[in-house]
Amino acid sequence: MSLALLAGKPAAQGMEHLAEHRQRLGALPPPSSALIDALERSALRGKGGAGFPVATKWRSVASQRAGTPVVLANGGEGEPLSQKDRMLMEQRPHLVIDGALLGADAVGADEVILYIGADHAGAVQAMHRAVGERPASERGRLRLVSAPVRYVSGEETAAVHFVNEGIALPTSIPPRPFERGVDGRPTLVQNVETLAHVALIARFGDEWFRSLGDGTASGTTLVTVGGAVPQSVLIEIPQGIALADAVNAAGGLTSDSDAVLLGGYFGGWVDSGTAWGLALDADTLRQSGHSLGCGVIAVLPSTRCGVIETARIVSYLAHESARQCGPCTFGLRAISAATGRIAGLAATAGDLEHVQRWAGLLAGRGACRHPDGAAGLLASALRVFAGEFMLHADERRCSVARIAAAAS
Amino acid sequence: MSDRVALAIDRIKCDGHGVCADLVPELIELDDWGYPIIRAGAIPPSVVGHARRAVSGCPTLALRLQALVNSRR
Repeated sequence: MSLALLAGKPAAQGMEHLAEHRQRLGALPPPSSALIDALERSALRGKGGAGFPVATKWRSVASQRAGTPVVLANGGEGEPLSQKDRMLMEQRPHLVIDGALLGADAVGADEVILYIGADHAGAVQAMHRAVGERPASERGRLRLVSAPVRYVSGEETAAVHFVNEGIALPTSIPPRPFERGVDGRPTLVQNVETLAHVALIARFGDEWFRSLGDGTASGTTLVTVGGAVPQSVLIEIPQGIALADAVNAAGGLTSDSDAVLLGGYFGGWVDSGTAWGLALDADTLRQSGHSLGCGVIAVLPSTRCGVIETARIVSYLAHESARQCGPCTFGLRAISAATGRIAGLAATAGDLEHVQRWAGLLAGRGACRHPDGAAGLLASALRVFAGEFMLHADERRCSVARIAAAAS
Repeated sequence: MSDRVALAIDRIKCDGHGVCADLVPELIELDDWGYPIIRAGAIPPSVVGHARRAVSGCPTLALRLQALVNSRR
């Protein structure tokens, strides 16, 4: 498969240093007013999860009147199943920095903040070294910030809030960061993988980028494949290839599987019959009600129970709620408790009905999309594992895991 | 700004006092934990007055009226 972001030396050889990076790809292209148009033609979308069109976002920041813009390269990556951002920063830090500097030029920003999850030690180290390798003229515009280890830290208003006040919790919108962000200035918050793609599009053009995709899809994308594969791995795939091909590229299945978690904890479960044939392209997936999210493909082995896995994820998300908004704080907690009872074969009367109703009540009712993400995951689980949920709740049986029913 | 308005809420400020649902039940109901669920879309002219009272009655100033422009909720 064609590589773009991960072309060059293999991962085992560590980070690509500035000299190697320049030798392979040439110097950072000079600022060009044509870049945003090229990004628009490239159809590049944000790789942080929401998949917002990049050119649209850049134009919104560039057109703000109040204050000099700032770029925040988002490498918070709080999603436990994803490795792509940390590994990209570890292996190709200069691509990320190139993209961030190009973004700064395009929107008129004088400062670039490199926001990196503090627990991604390899990424933090590589990005520090990479910044040190850049010429002083660039180094002076780059600022490294360690993001607290927390699921919501990477949410864009939380990232801005942390840079401003040291509190990595989401804030109410409006204002959105593109209007008022770091120091009250218009802020371009962009995922690090997205910026790395920009570094290549600026060099080789949108036509080249589009040609990397499979069929009508454009470009490549990074995905983390885990679960029923030999080991959890980061791979770069042409957008548009079938999910089954991505799983094969990751080493193939190590067991039977009935379901795939696509898009991570804010994504959704897809039954395997549907999943294998899905084209891994943001636009195509959106049309069929799926999402590539942050590029996670987690294959559920047939030895694991989808209800139990879902309960575990919901419990995690409830725990990771910033606890600022009532529906998320109390709703997720209640959903987590009920789902946990169902999973543990200790459901009380009405638990499943409650979970079904509550899952529909969360969307759009938080300052950020945390409750929406959890609700989406849960709704997909209730659909894909409908029979297993009923078996758990009504008969207190699990068709997969050999767990004993609760005593009473 | 006078024609089409909608209720908007600052979810972080909202503490679930529930005053709004008492003042304008046509537009707001409370969920199982006492937090408002707001009916989407433009407020019918006949209820705008009640909505304004709910806005001024909110103990945490979390509720506001906003002009409904094009699409954004």
